[in-house]
Amino acid sequence: MTYNYPDQYGHFGPYGGIYVAETLMGALDELNQAYEKYRHDPEFIAELNADLKHYVGRPSPIYHARHLSAHLGGAQIYLKREDLNHTGAHKVNNTIGQALLARRMGKKRVIAETGAGQHGVATATVAARYGMECVVYMGAADVQRQSPNVFRMKLLGATVIPVESGSKTLKDALNEAMRDWVTNIENTFYIIGTVAGPHPYPMLVRDFNSIVSKEAVVQMPELAGRQPDAVIACVGGGSNAMGVFYHYIDMPGVKLIGVEAGGHGIASGEHAAPLTTNSPVGVLHGNKTYLMQDEDGQIIETHSISAGLDYPGVGPEHAWLKDSGRAEYVAIDDDEALRAFHDLCHFEGIIPALESSHALAHAMKIAPTMGKDKVLLVNLSGRGDKDINTVARLKGITL
Amino acid sequence: MSRIQTVFEELKQRKRKALIPFFTAGDPNPQLTVPLLHALVEAGADIIELGVPFSDPMADGPTIQRASERALRHHVGLHHVLDMVAEFRRSNSGTPIVLMGYGNPVEAMGWETFAQRCAEVGVDGVLTVDFPPEEGHEAFAHLEKHGIDPIFLIAPTSTDARVERVAKQARGYVYYVSLKGVTGAGHLDLAAIEQKIPQLRRHIQLPIGIGFGIRDAATALAVAKLCDGVVVGSRIVQEIENSSEQDVVANVSKLVKELRQAVNLA
Ligand SMILES: Cc1ncc(COP(=O)(O)O)c(C=O)c1O
Repeated sequence: MTYNYPDQYGHFGPYGGIYVAETLMGALDELNQAYEKYRHDPEFIAELNADLKHYVGRPSPIYHARHLSAHLGGAQIYLKREDLNHTGAHKVNNTIGQALLARRMGKKRVIAETGAGQHGVATATVAARYGMECVVYMGAADVQRQSPNVFRMKLLGATVIPVESGSKTLKDALNEAMRDWVTNIENTFYIIGTVAGPHPYPMLVRDFNSIVSKEAVVQMPELAGRQPDAVIACVGGGSNAMGVFYHYIDMPGVKLIGVEAGGHGIASGEHAAPLTTNSPVGVLHGNKTYLMQDEDGQIIETHSISAGLDYPGVGPEHAWLKDSGRAEYVAIDDDEALRAFHDLCHFEGIIPALESSHALAHAMKIAPTMGKDKVLLVNLSGRGDKDINTVARLKGITL
Repeated sequence: MSRIQTVFEELKQRKRKALIPFFTAGDPNPQLTVPLLHALVEAGADIIELGVPFSDPMADGPTIQRASERALRHHVGLHHVLDMVAEFRRSNSGTPIVLMGYGNPVEAMGWETFAQRCAEVGVDGVLTVDFPPEEGHEAFAHLEKHGIDPIFLIAPTSTDARVERVAKQARGYVYYVSLKGVTGAGHLDLAAIEQKIPQLRRHIQLPIGIGFGIRDAATALAVAKLCDGVVVGSRIVQEIENSSEQDVVANVSKLVKELRQAVNLA
């Protein structure tokens, strides 16, 4: 690849970096060294690949959504089926990688933050698989709206700690996980769930998720006869998007489109779309990036129907891809995402995660404006079982 | 000579250790911040670390988090904090004020504007918890240009190489975090601190202050014996939290006097 980011200090252009208290610098150094040591180690790679194949079920298929495409009457929509992974989302690609690193570093306890609960479940899963203690921090508001995942984590033996501070969502869970990490730095590995946090996390999480596009660049020609015209993914922190973008970055003919959460609509101010709205650049959770904040530099509360996209920042690599013009970013609001959710159930018999429904909704928006010979690849980052309570409630049904 | 240097020079001559209390600006309300600053000075504070409220105080424990939340309920932002320092300076020209907080509010204001304002209102030092020397060098250049000292943390986990790096960039004093964890955590390990100090002195010519986990006169005294200054944060914030608005100044004052007496024995 000619694309070669980040630099050795974790900078993607002006973004990224290591903005943490001195108390964490030692641990990040240690992680950096471990990752440099093992990322090209044949034994590490073999173990990772074996688990991705036999435990996760990779490669995930690509599926041509023929009925939906025909209904829309334009571009052909293909779905990268990350929803079929063990645990039901792309998140496990990353947690296996980090857990294998943790094991080699001799850490017996792993912690994680989670929004939708998918990353928490994926962490609890690998912790059970590798025999590690697992603590998951989850905003109290998210504990409410993603209760099936809370129960799954508990079944898997994890301790779930509801976080009551701040907005009680993903960002607050991240704050709390950081605090745990500083306190228990000797025996604890922090498994961050998205391409955010201080270096090396954005790079490491991207690398582990890049298996998605590594597979897709081989699968698309087999299935569709060519590479897609555009690759579309939802962006919370941006891990599934970086995963499906990565091996396409050097193919200029392939458009990369990130879809942020438009919440109640961009105009309402209640959304989670820092890139689409050109939010000011700031520093949060260890990196510099576009950040939703007020004039005083206080982080503001975000809104999205999907807990996994409800985050005021965005991975620094997306900030860079936006500025460099390689990727474009748009927003899809709650209602549009919900419509896409129902449409995929109806036309294809697939219940998508509300996060992934944002990517799908954008594909459905642009497909009719394109010729039938055009091809869109949507990363279906997760399945929607976790969201059935949310969707039922909106219909006035209690399960 | 800067105000911070002057204070440490004078203390050295009197063979005393510095007492450096911390509290969050705007807590419990913005009207009480300047009275609290004056009360701290009167009770024996040598330098004051004034917290700038932030929505996501990642390095702080629950006590200081709640202080930030109380201040933010009054919408206290960085420019208010600077105004408070200006007001304090109208009747105090000797006690150094160090602003302590996170980088984002400063990023939002712009480092040059911030540094200029600091110089105007009489801020002496700035500690941005989440800006290590690696990332902050441009930012800190603005501070230095206006004669403001960048203050840095050193942690128990800081390697020799990192201590050296921080020492190069630091001005005023260096703040050694005496335990692994967030502010307000318990179990101070005096033996571990005692062991670490010589390593720090090898690289650091500046005075060394120690903080995190100092809860009472006894721990303040024990820590003061090992270094040049004692930083007390969560314990003071706790006093603010547990006091009514009428009593808060008197209660904090009483606490700081006790700490002062203890530190004087070191
Ligand atoms: C299915 C699914 N997709 C997407 C996301 C958003 O995360 P990211 O932007 O890192 O892919 C989540 C997060 O919980 C998720 O569960």
